[in-house]
Amino acid sequence: MTDTSFVIAGRTFQSRLIVGTGKYPSHQVMRDCHAASGADMVTVAVRRVNISDRSRESLLDYVDTNRIFILPNTAGCYTAEEAIRTARLGREAGLSNWVKLEVIGDERTLFPDNEALIEATRILVSEGFVVLPYTNDDPVACRKLEEAGASAVMPLGAPIGSGLGIQNANNLRIIREFAKVPVIVDAGVGTASDAALAMELGADGVLMNTAIAGAQYPVQMAEAMRHAVVAGRLAFLAGRIPKKMYATASSPVEGLVGR
Amino acid sequence: MTITLNGEPFELDQPVSVTDLLAKLEIDPRRVAIEHNLTILKRHTFTTVVIGEGDTLEIVNAVGGG
Repeated sequence: MTDTSFVIAGRTFQSRLIVGTGKYPSHQVMRDCHAASGADMVTVAVRRVNISDRSRESLLDYVDTNRIFILPNTAGCYTAEEAIRTARLGREAGLSNWVKLEVIGDERTLFPDNEALIEATRILVSEGFVVLPYTNDDPVACRKLEEAGASAVMPLGAPIGSGLGIQNANNLRIIREFAKVPVIVDAGVGTASDAALAMELGADGVLMNTAIAGAQYPVQMAEAMRHAVVAGRLAFLAGRIPKKMYATASSPVEGLVGR
Repeated sequence: MTITLNGEPFELDQPVSVTDLLAKLEIDPRRVAIEHNLTILKRHTFTTVVIGEGDTLEIVNAVGGG
C-alpha cells in the first residue's frame, strides 16, 4: 500500500508534521527542532514590532525558508474582525496568503468561537486567502468551514498547550470520514503516542508547538514526533486488526509437548 | 508632532515618509507590514506615504507562535 501525497490547496508537503515557532528556549534550539522534526511547514504569529528594543534577532533568520513554508496565524484574536486584520497584515508582511485562522471564544480554554471562525473563513477566502481554520473537534463545524471555503480543517485534540492528548478520538475519526479537505489535528498533543493516535485515526497531518518546544529535550522530542507521525500514518494505511474482548492465541494450539 | 506608534505616543520633528521612519527606527522594511490610520499599506507606497501629526501607525512582523 503506497501513501498519497500530503497536498493542501494544490501545494505538496513532504512531512505530515507541522510545527510552531513559539516558546523554544532559543532560536537555535528552534532551528534544530525544525530540522529534527522534518517539518516543511511552520507556523508564526503576527505581532507589533518592539520599537524600543530592536536588538532582538528576527525569528525568520532562524527558519530555513528555502525548505520550510511559513504559515502565519491569527492567534490571540477574539473577533472575526481582529483575525481578518491580522491575516491581511501577515500577507502584506510577505509571509503568505495562507493563514492558520484562529478566532478564540474563551480565554481559559482557548476554544474557538465557531460562528466567528466560519464568518472570517468566508471573508478571507473571498479575498484570495488559503484558510486553514483551527476549530473544535466538531464534525458539523468542520463541514460548515469546508462549505465556507476552508482548504483544510484543523480540529483540536485537546486545549492548546494542554498536552492532554486526543480527547475525543471518535469525533476526529468522524471528521476524517466526512471531510473532503485535509484534516490536521491541531493542539493538545503532549507526547509521541498522541501524535501517532491522531494519524492512526486517519488525520492527514498533525500540528503542534508546545509538545516539542516545552519538552525537557526539545530536539529529541521533535525527532520522536517525526517518527510518531510516520508510524501512525503507516498504521492507518496498514489497517489495524479489529478489537476483541478475549484472547486469540498466536501460536499453534496443536502439537503441544506432553499432551 | 506626536503620532501613535504601536499603541504608544511617539515624537517626530516633522512629517516623514514611511521609508524614512523605518530607517530611523532601524527596521528592515522587507519584513514588516504597516497599517496607517487603519489602512494596510502596500509596500511600494512606503516611499510616498507621509506620516503626519496625530496619525496612527501599526508596524508588525513575524514572531514565534503555534
